[in-house]
Amino acid sequence: MATIVITPPGRLGLPRWRELWAAREVLLRFGLRDILLRYRQTAVGVAWVVVQPLLGAGIFALVFGTVADLPTNGVPYFLFSFMGMLAWNLFSQTIARSSASLVANQALVAKVFFPRLLVPLSSALGVLLDYAVALGLGVVLLIVYGVSPGWAVLLLPVWTMLLLMVALGVGVAAAAIQVKYRDVGYVMPWLLQMGLYATPVAYSLEALEGSPEAVQWLFTANPLTWFLEAFRWSLLGQAAPPLWQIVGMVGAALLVLLGGTLVFQRYERQFADVI
Amino acid sequence: MARLRSPWAKSRFTEFDALDGVDLDVPWGEALGIVGRNGAGKSTLLKLLTRVTAPTRGRIELHGRMGSLLEVGTGFSGELTGRENIYLNGAILGMTRKEIRSSFDEIVDFSGVAKFLDTPVKRYSSGMYVRLAFSVAAHLRTEILAIDEVLAVGDAEFQRKSLAKMRDVAKDGRTVLYVSHLVQTVTALCTSAVYLDRGRLTYAGSVDGALDVYRRSFEQFAMEQQDPERRPGTGTLRASSLIPASDVFDPAESKRFVLGVGSNPDLVGSYFVSIHVNDASGAVVAQCDSRAVGGWYEASKEQEIQLTLRAPWLKPGRYTVDAFVCQTGVLDAWEGASAFEVLPATPYPEMTLDEATAQGVVLADYDYEGR
Repeated sequence: MATIVITPPGRLGLPRWRELWAAREVLLRFGLRDILLRYRQTAVGVAWVVVQPLLGAGIFALVFGTVADLPTNGVPYFLFSFMGMLAWNLFSQTIARSSASLVANQALVAKVFFPRLLVPLSSALGVLLDYAVALGLGVVLLIVYGVSPGWAVLLLPVWTMLLLMVALGVGVAAAAIQVKYRDVGYVMPWLLQMGLYATPVAYSLEALEGSPEAVQWLFTANPLTWFLEAFRWSLLGQAAPPLWQIVGMVGAALLVLLGGTLVFQRYERQFADVI
Repeated sequence: MARLRSPWAKSRFTEFDALDGVDLDVPWGEALGIVGRNGAGKSTLLKLLTRVTAPTRGRIELHGRMGSLLEVGTGFSGELTGRENIYLNGAILGMTRKEIRSSFDEIVDFSGVAKFLDTPVKRYSSGMYVRLAFSVAAHLRTEILAIDEVLAVGDAEFQRKSLAKMRDVAKDGRTVLYVSHLVQTVTALCTSAVYLDRGRLTYAGSVDGALDVYRRSFEQFAMEQQDPERRPGTGTLRASSLIPASDVFDPAESKRFVLGVGSNPDLVGSYFVSIHVNDASGAVVAQCDSRAVGGWYEASKEQEIQLTLRAPWLKPGRYTVDAFVCQTGVLDAWEGASAFEVLPATPYPEMTLDEATAQGVVLADYDYEGR
């Protein structure tokens, strides 16, 4: 029989992996609940999953493609922004949902013990489902527009996972900090909104040609730019990002996820007392 | 307001040890009762054991998995159906999917909500909700089970059923840790008990012994509270005495109390008082707030305030009385200011067996008419 020893937690520490694995059922059930709840008691139900990304890309196409006429490397604007939004939504939705998840499950966190890290992690499941549906739509769009992404499409799962790791790292840390400082809940949507415009989601890097070197450098230094470029390489067959960016993505993913987990562990001991 | 004026100011706090020096060894298969007054640290102890909060120092060793029945129904989602909630809640409480599946029928059976399994639980009556939640938790198969006052759910029939279930758990050779104010359930369920006093373990041994210490603590507490300096409240105005018209009352007779309150000419405005009557298990039976009947008093002179409690009829037994003097805040909180006994007489016209009056908290004044 397993003996569990409870001692005062240290300042930094990694979660007990075996415990997380043993409680994987919680992850699944939480994810399932989120998915079920989102479309229960709605009139058109699951159709929202399909309608949302199409509408989003449609508005972008109208505003940025037609009115502002932003460059897209020659890809039809609707397709271009759809694929950009696909990656961006995976990132921003994961952060938005996971950072709010602990506070939303307040009663549970204060009353019952289970590996709390699973709460923010589980919010990725619902986002991944949306992502999968939108990706399916994206394939249809590729066929309609006659665009072939080439062999690079095989790398898509890698980008997806790396981006998800970055988003979860941020989300997990934000969730933990929000337990004590609700300010996070006000700042996060604003930051994500800023991020959407600061990252080439609705436009390609071409749009920056002719702008000062410093500005261009700033955009290239943004890790999200690397991800967007990688996604467009795999989905639209555009030019591959340079090797250093790919290495950078792997590094960023590992670093951010590790950092987020450490922050989470650091705050976890006070959850039940301060939430 | 202060926070608005200086939003960057660090909030001040004092540290306080909710529990200290608790050394305890619980052998296999024991049902341990944990008793103590409010704020003694009973719930904190369970929270530490179940790892809801982390200790600042010390060491706990658990030989086996710990399941907890701390608050029934946390982790239930209103929008999910009963079936979905069983799986969700089971997982949160630490069951594997296989365990949930194998005890699913038992859980449903025990809760008695089989007909509504596919209805969202937000449409359940509160009784059904609580019963289902309890059933999930009661079918945990962990080696150690922590229970915090949850048996007080559902109707009498369900309470009896859940108490029996808990006793089975203890008989199974599993270890049960039980926290409660309800003395009867501790006696019914536990094989040994400990008494906690302000975060310290002062008694460990037999159930009767612990309950004895617990009962005596009430008397000691009442003694201590006689000294106004030791009572909570701002102290701007203190009650001086609370005297019942008699030490014993009949269940149906009017019960009079006289509350003496000191004076403080510096106190601006009038104040109100509130007298609470508590039964032997500590439940507040009557809260007599003077505001509700327009009782406001001036602090410029000493006051003798008389309370007449006409209804409800009280069941035979011992009662304690708390007195509170309040304005915008609590000026004086005097718990256990007085006590009285209600004689074992019946106010009803017919003689009945005890079971005719056993269930209610008070005795109701009622009539039946046939048609």
